[in-house]
Amino acid sequence: MYLVESKKITKIYQTEEVAITAIEDVSFTIDKGSFVSFVGPSGSGKSTLLNMIGCLDPPSSGSLQVVGQDIGKMSRNQAASFRGENIGFVFQDFNLIPVLSVAENVEYPLIMVQNWPAEKRKKRVAEMLEAVDIRDQANKFPGQISGGQKQRVAIARALVTNAPLVLADEPTANLDRKSAERIVDLMKKMRDEFGTTFIFSTHDPRVVQRAETIFTLEDGRLVSLEQGEGGNHA
Amino acid sequence: MLNILKIATRNLWRYKRRTLLTSILITLGVMSVLLFVSVSGSFKNMMVGQITDSMLGHIQIHKKGYLSSLDSLPLDRNLSEKQMKKVRQVLEKDENVEAFSPRIRLGAMFSNFAETTNVRLVAVNPELEMKTVPLLANRIIKGKKDGLIGRGEILIPELVARGMKVNIGDAIVLVASNKDGSVNGQTFTVRGVLEGIVGPGGRDGVIHIQDARELLRISSKEVGEVAIRLTKMNKLQNVYDSLQQQIGSIKNKKGKPAFEIHTWEKLSPFFNIARMIDLMTLFIKVMLVAIVLVSIMNVMIMAVYERINEIGTIAAIGTKPGKILSLFVTEGLLLGILGSITGIALSLGAIAWMNATGLSFDFGRQKGLLLAPSIGISEIVMVAGIVIAIAVLGSLQPAIKAARMDPIKALRHV
Repeated sequence: MYLVESKKITKIYQTEEVAITAIEDVSFTIDKGSFVSFVGPSGSGKSTLLNMIGCLDPPSSGSLQVVGQDIGKMSRNQAASFRGENIGFVFQDFNLIPVLSVAENVEYPLIMVQNWPAEKRKKRVAEMLEAVDIRDQANKFPGQISGGQKQRVAIARALVTNAPLVLADEPTANLDRKSAERIVDLMKKMRDEFGTTFIFSTHDPRVVQRAETIFTLEDGRLVSLEQGEGGNHA
Repeated sequence: MLNILKIATRNLWRYKRRTLLTSILITLGVMSVLLFVSVSGSFKNMMVGQITDSMLGHIQIHKKGYLSSLDSLPLDRNLSEKQMKKVRQVLEKDENVEAFSPRIRLGAMFSNFAETTNVRLVAVNPELEMKTVPLLANRIIKGKKDGLIGRGEILIPELVARGMKVNIGDAIVLVASNKDGSVNGQTFTVRGVLEGIVGPGGRDGVIHIQDARELLRISSKEVGEVAIRLTKMNKLQNVYDSLQQQIGSIKNKKGKPAFEIHTWEKLSPFFNIARMIDLMTLFIKVMLVAIVLVSIMNVMIMAVYERINEIGTIAAIGTKPGKILSLFVTEGLLLGILGSITGIALSLGAIAWMNATGLSFDFGRQKGLLLAPSIGISEIVMVAGIVIAIAVLGSLQPAIKAARMDPIKALRHV
């Protein structure tokens, strides 16, 4: 069984005057534990596709199964629960909560989404901070750490719930080259360690080649599927 | 819930100046209500106390039609001895009645042997009167207070004392006509001078009821009115209803009600001032509601607008709309609690300070009345409850907006 299975999905945004097709007839499958990248120019539909896989936006037509669930048929609350259980998010701008410390940011989904008991929660947060090598920054606030460190925290937050799938929208766009490479290395390490599937979108050709599977989108259509350099590594 | 409280507290602390300003606004609103309620309440209670405890009593019973012709002090509308007996039986049985005092009101000519003037008098049984209106003796500004009044003595209103140049111990003559129209005179010794207060009977002199009966040649024990003091003021309506049922329902030979019963509220014009005070209190409370509602809504709308991206993030990672709503409502709740607690604490401090320093005021001809502001726990709880409820209500609309926000649009917001 595939972790993500898309059959002829289309996404149309209807404005008052015109209908815009963001994704058209896209079909693909992604296996569990994959390290996948969606690439393409701006406006090609990468983010829209990631949003649909992330259960944030249902497709207009077609079928999209994520972790065995048809995400087109979920209510708002069901979608929120589903995301909380199955999907971790890493954002381009890190999107950490500024009033929470590094450890509290990582802990947030366990409190507000999954309601873990305190002791188990603390243990898990310590493990994740250790895994992303940022334990020494645990009590600092997002404003006190670097961009690369913020993205590490975001990855820890995405993985802390044991979600089988992590979606990362341009995770390295706001990072320098070295930090970007480290983040990709970290994501891959996490995939290897926890078996988590990583799907990310990117512009950066150096990052693209680190993916095992590369889907290329143009004008909302899937135009190619190729193996990246990372494919040999896996 | 504790975690939501923790995050909400930190979110408020994130915008320290705004939180502080909003809290100050709520604090000032709470303070203005509590201080107004305590000072005006104290003023009202004191004035009501003055009126009821030194003059009117809490309730009065008259023969039907007496009050409407009070200006002419009608002796032909006195309660007969039989009627008084019935009233006495009812009042003695009522456990909410602490005391009652039969009175006769009369008009007389007052002569100091050199000049003559008119004077209005109330004739009382001193023992019963002292129990019914215990502050009456405090109105004696010159002369003995103990025992109130003796046979052959008179307490004269201060304006009469001043105008007629009469002093304590002076002999004066009262001349009054009885209900048949014949005139009688009697000599009295001035025992004291009585301070005048606002309201009906506030400038009357006082004589002994037996002297009045002799002066008016009333052989029976008829009385003009019965003043009643209750054990507790808050039983006023209950006792009034009970008296209406037992006495007010008694009919005369013509089949019409024989008695009329009035609470102090119907007898004193101050009741309208008291109602105005209550109305102003209500108005100030409405202002408080408006202040809290507008300030909280303003702050929370700003908070939601500034944190759209953050709302998108927490929604994306699986926070349910209900939790997002509770997060913002909790922020409003905390602002309400903070403003209320600070406002209550400062108000209690200010009330204690006013009591310590002694806040005096003049009311009409009464100078230097000392206010003793106080506030009941129920009033504090009610004001805090209103503020907190309005704070929650004010944050509800922005919170609903946050909870319903589309995560994708929110994440795209810059």
